[in-house]
Amino acid sequence: MKPLVYLAHPRLDRSEISGPLFEAARQTEGITCVDLYATYPTFEIDVAREQRRLVDHDAIVFLHPIYWYSAPSIVREWQDLVLEYGFAYGKHGHALDGKVTFNAVSCGALETSYRPGGGNGAHLRDLLMPFEKTADLCRMRYLAPFAIYGAGRAVEEDRRKGHLAAWQGLLTALRDERLDLRAAHAALTLNDIAASHAAKPETA
Amino acid sequence: MEILAAGFVYLVAAVVAVPIADRLGLGSVLGYLIAGVVIGPVLGIVGHETVELQHFAEFGVVMMLFLVGLELQPAMLWRMRTQLLGLGGLQVIGTTALIAAVALAFGLVWQAALALGMILALSSTAIVLQTLNEKGWMQTIGGKSAFSVLLTQDIAVIPMLALMPLLAVGGTHGDDHGTDAHGHAAPTAFDALPDWAQALAILAIIAAIILGGRTVMRPVFRFIAEARLREIFTAAALMLVIGIALAMNYVGLSPALGTFLAGVVLSDSEYRHELESDIEPFKGLLLGLFFITVGAGVDFGLLFSNPAGLVALAVGLMALKAAVLYGLATAFGLGGADRWLFTLGLAQAGEFAFVLFGFTLGAGVLPAELVSTMTLVVALTMLLTPLLFILHEKVLAPRSVTSADRAPDEIDEAGTVVVAGIGRVGQIITRLLITNGYKVTVLDHDPETIDNLSRIGFRAYYGDATRPDLLHSAGLETATLFIAALDDRDKQTALVRHVAHSYPDVIIHARALDRHHVYELENAGAHIAVRETFEAALSMGRDALVALGNHPFRAETARRTFRAHDHRQLDALHATWTAEGVSASYIDAMRAHSQTLFDLMKEDRLDSFDRSDHGWTPPPKGDANL
Repeated sequence: MKPLVYLAHPRLDRSEISGPLFEAARQTEGITCVDLYATYPTFEIDVAREQRRLVDHDAIVFLHPIYWYSAPSIVREWQDLVLEYGFAYGKHGHALDGKVTFNAVSCGALETSYRPGGGNGAHLRDLLMPFEKTADLCRMRYLAPFAIYGAGRAVEEDRRKGHLAAWQGLLTALRDERLDLRAAHAALTLNDIAASHAAKPETA
Repeated sequence: MEILAAGFVYLVAAVVAVPIADRLGLGSVLGYLIAGVVIGPVLGIVGHETVELQHFAEFGVVMMLFLVGLELQPAMLWRMRTQLLGLGGLQVIGTTALIAAVALAFGLVWQAALALGMILALSSTAIVLQTLNEKGWMQTIGGKSAFSVLLTQDIAVIPMLALMPLLAVGGTHGDDHGTDAHGHAAPTAFDALPDWAQALAILAIIAAIILGGRTVMRPVFRFIAEARLREIFTAAALMLVIGIALAMNYVGLSPALGTFLAGVVLSDSEYRHELESDIEPFKGLLLGLFFITVGAGVDFGLLFSNPAGLVALAVGLMALKAAVLYGLATAFGLGGADRWLFTLGLAQAGEFAFVLFGFTLGAGVLPAELVSTMTLVVALTMLLTPLLFILHEKVLAPRSVTSADRAPDEIDEAGTVVVAGIGRVGQIITRLLITNGYKVTVLDHDPETIDNLSRIGFRAYYGDATRPDLLHSAGLETATLFIAALDDRDKQTALVRHVAHSYPDVIIHARALDRHHVYELENAGAHIAVRETFEAALSMGRDALVALGNHPFRAETARRTFRAHDHRQLDALHATWTAEGVSASYIDAMRAHSQTLFDLMKEDRLDSFDRSDHGWTPPPKGDANL
């Protein structure tokens, strides 16, 4: 399977999670990586080029921090422009049928906050519903999000290495078709599944 | 004809020997010395007239100190004060003391021992700086430390020149060469003045250099620059240096000190690079001539009477100097390869020793036999230096810990930009870069613009940016990015071609006058060429669409579509465009492309659903899928 990772982070110079995760993806063989803000600094997205990219890949991953319970605005611009009628959806729009998609996100709040009754009042997966419904409309297979909670303190708490190992494990499992897509769709997050694919520290 | 013939001999010797020495990794100083040895003692073509020639050639040293001064902005000196006073000062004082002690043990009187210590404490700026630059070691910790020490030594020459006469033994003033660049002039009206008036005159001249440099020279240079006569600017630069040297001679001070001061005063000025480029060739030739005369004066009889003893002296001298340097490097925390570079690189004696030897001889500080012996020893240490650099590079540096685990350098040089031409285009680029914290060096040939820019704090320098030497002194070697923004079409293309050829590592962005100029510049080697009017015209076009009643975002989208199409067209037509001009096939291709755009826009206006019109297009009304 050929995964495509879209990074959306407008301030990479200050990024502690998304940047390193993107870098790790670039170091991984067989993963195509596109930095959206770098490719389209003026938001002038080349629709034809991005549609070709989608056709050429089997799994589309959006890597970004959570902004206002969604993604940074260039992802929305990308959706508005690239997911065209007749290409992604509509009677003759079957270009994306069956492709896998999910969000890999960093959140400021802790996991306990993303629960019914918690500070954010709902599971992350439920808050990302617009992405899931978009995927459904384009007949894609939506997977649960891969989430790094409490991202602002991951470096200080020495968690980043673990997150990176899980992320790389997830990407390689996806690439090598070892990922259980049914379980990945059913889960609340991909975190446990990713961790089970992470390379053991001593063999890494 | 006599002069021409003699000059021809020297030139032939230099032209043959220097490139060969350089190719062999020995450096130009050794090349000149060898050339001198060949035409002097070996072939006997030149004889005793070299002594007189040497006094003339010493003027090269005066020019060299002017250039050293030009390099030393007061602010930079202040930043480097710990390095200069600590590392450099200790090297000069420590080595002087150690060598003087050894000389005393050999039975010299203390004055001679001290003079010898000071002279031999100096290293060879010419050899070391050139090697550091050639090998790319200038930015290593070892290279930077070596540079600080060399700088301190260059400055220390001035007090040394002043001290030498005081060390004269028994007042045997051999005041035999009338216009010695360093010695006292023949008795003048000045000597008739009473002491207090002499002191006053000296102070007045120094004050005149400093104040004159600050207030008078800039307008004068500006006035000359406005005439746009390059040779007159060169003449003015020479006039300045020679005039100051004469004035200093008149009051019995070192001309080198005077021109050095003038250099420091002018180092802040916008004419610095131009002055540097103008004086540099004269300095180079005169210094070269000076080294040739030193080589021609080598006493072969002496060398062959006791070769082992001389070599032992040279090696012993280098060992002494290296011991001091190694100790200092350790004390100042230099490790591994850096410590070895610093220790081995500065262990030789330098070209200033030849100058100072000549001077001490004149002043009667050192006996003549000792001077001719030590001249040979100094030359030998310089001959050994390239071997030490090779030892460092091939043996010691690879073994030492690499720079991977040392603290990151201060980012002094990174991200530097040189902008050529600061007209309407260059100014905007420069302001944007500076407000984002980048170091920008600006070159322009309009004195008025340069003046205005310097006033508001730009690092702007006067000069014709198409001159290779000026580009070099503006620091293109270490620059990351070069922006060519001249308004003269052909000069701009020539400039880009030269930079692309001579500095292949520098990224080149160029201002283009029109689309054909884009092709010319790209062919010349520009990485990015931008039409100067294109973006502005597009903006005006969008504003026109808005004024005509289009929704602003619709107008902006039209601007983007047009811009993208035009860029595609520009790229596509490059192949059909020929440098000779516009061919028929080019016109055909151009017409075809314009037709495409016209069709594209027409379809757009018909508002039909079409895949060529991407962006925010709603699904057709009858779709039941929603």
